[in-house]
Amino acid sequence: MSNTKIRVKDLQLYYGEFHALMDINIDIIENKVTALIGPSGCGKSTFLRTLNRMNDLIDHVKIKGNILIDGIDIYDIACDLTHLRKRVGMVFQKPNPFSKTIYENISYGPRIHGIKEKSKLDEIVEKSLKKAALWDEVKNRLNKPALGLSGGQQQRLCIARCLAVEPDVILMDEPTSALDPISTLKVENLLEELKREYTIVIVTHNMQQAGRVSDYTSFFLNGEIIEKDLTKNIFSKPRDKRTQDYITGRFG
Amino acid sequence: MKKYEKWIEIFLFICATVATLSVFLITFFIFKEGVPILKSYGVFSFIFGTNWSPTNGEYGAFPMIIGSIGVTLGALMIGIPAGITCAVFLAEIAPKSMVKIFRPAIELLAGIPSVVYGLFGLSIVVPFIRIYILPIIQKFHPNAYTSGYSILAGAMILAIMILPTIVSISENAIRSVPSEYKEGSLALGATHVKTITRVVLPAAKSGIIASVVLGMGRAVGETMAVILITGNMPKVPGGILDSVSTLTGTIAMEMGYATPTHQKALFATGIILFVFIMFLNMTATFTMKRMGEK
Ligand SMILES: Nc1ncnc2c1ncn2[C@@H]1O[C@H](COP(=O)(O)OP(=O)(O)OP(=O)(O)O)[C@@H](O)[C@H]1O
Ligand SMILES: [Mg+2]
Repeated sequence: MSNTKIRVKDLQLYYGEFHALMDINIDIIENKVTALIGPSGCGKSTFLRTLNRMNDLIDHVKIKGNILIDGIDIYDIACDLTHLRKRVGMVFQKPNPFSKTIYENISYGPRIHGIKEKSKLDEIVEKSLKKAALWDEVKNRLNKPALGLSGGQQQRLCIARCLAVEPDVILMDEPTSALDPISTLKVENLLEELKREYTIVIVTHNMQQAGRVSDYTSFFLNGEIIEKDLTKNIFSKPRDKRTQDYITGRFG
Repeated sequence: MKKYEKWIEIFLFICATVATLSVFLITFFIFKEGVPILKSYGVFSFIFGTNWSPTNGEYGAFPMIIGSIGVTLGALMIGIPAGITCAVFLAEIAPKSMVKIFRPAIELLAGIPSVVYGLFGLSIVVPFIRIYILPIIQKFHPNAYTSGYSILAGAMILAIMILPTIVSISENAIRSVPSEYKEGSLALGATHVKTITRVVLPAAKSGIIASVVLGMGRAVGETMAVILITGNMPKVPGGILDSVSTLTGTIAMEMGYATPTHQKALFATGIILFVFIMFLNMTATFTMKRMGEK
């Protein structure tokens, strides 16, 4: 029933001399939402970015260990980066639509992956926007600049942009931290829909959010995973004292 | 203390006024000297007349207008691709250690006096065109001839001269594209090159355009280098290997010995140049402003 989508084995990450991730071992289950929580600077974003190799962009990063997605090591030299990032999409903390039109933002991904027919692109744009629950709000202004949308709409646009390349996994780094409560709610509801088709990993600082949207939760502290379990277990009966302190707001 | 500050303020005010006033004075002066002949000779015949022979009282500035435009366009055709590629390389691709060598070198180009560019053009580019490029052209057009002093030579030297302007402003524009855009594109699986061409360059568009317009202003206004290498023939050119005169070159060379009417005609030439450059500057400020708003 529950398949492992991503398997992380003995992952170590160094920024130069700084050991940012230590002995990370975790299985991320298909079609579930996995939340990563932990105090600021504990390595959540760093870990998330190892999953689509966005850390490759940073100089002096050294990575050891294995990350298998569908059984294939993504740090293997044979792994095609373009293909990996197409399968593992990412939504950033700050909505980052391109300064292009709404339509161009969504069609950008499919186009760079070789889809040229206008009818096909139209179809993808509509489908992606519908999945991101944005279609009704923007269907009459597809050719308007994306930067004219509200912050919450921009974030859903970024989700739609990510869906347009048909990923299996979606990585979200505090996707609602820049949004108002209503937009946040919309994105959270969206997650509920999306997990039927996608495997989702989400970083959040908001304990209620982690409780509401996720099936599994991992607690990070100083570059290590302290505890990982079903969300309901983590929040009702954490095994580690530090986890308990964190979720009850006693530190971090 | 208070009084002391007052004096400083007054001093600063005077400086600012002098700077502003000079712009108006220069404008007024050029127009005062040049407008009468435009009226008596006729604006149309001045701008579109093809015969410039001051000794016979013929003042058709068209050959120089074409000369200036030709040399400038040529410089842009070489300078824009070279400059933008260079800016992309420095901002996106080159490792830091390489940038440290390349960027100061390019900026140094801006500090070389233009007469030195002229000498370089005279001793290297002009003979190069005559000896190496002409034979190639002659294979296709046996009657082609050039002394080497030509639009092409001028364009090549001007291209180098406008390079620092284009490179440094474009590089800045490219660097100021938010890294979130780039990450957004890369995270979708776009390659580095695709990200540059589809996301970074479009986002840096207004800065790049501004750099081109400023470079163009420099090319139009350049005088010394151009005098030495374009051949100074007030004739409408038939091709890029022909000699031409430019607006600036003509003014600089002829003013020394010009009769009063001839002088006025040169001032009128100055008006054309002035209007041209004003227009370019305004376009530049306008695009810069739009870039700032974004
Ligand atoms: N590019 C980098 N170079 C060097 N050190 C870095 C870099 N990025 C992050 N770090 C360090 O790695 C550690 C983990 O950072 P990371 O951004 O993963 O934390 P985080 O858990 O996402 O924090 P937050 O909740 O504030 O986003 C921090 O100590 C940080 O200073
Ligand atoms: Mg983070």
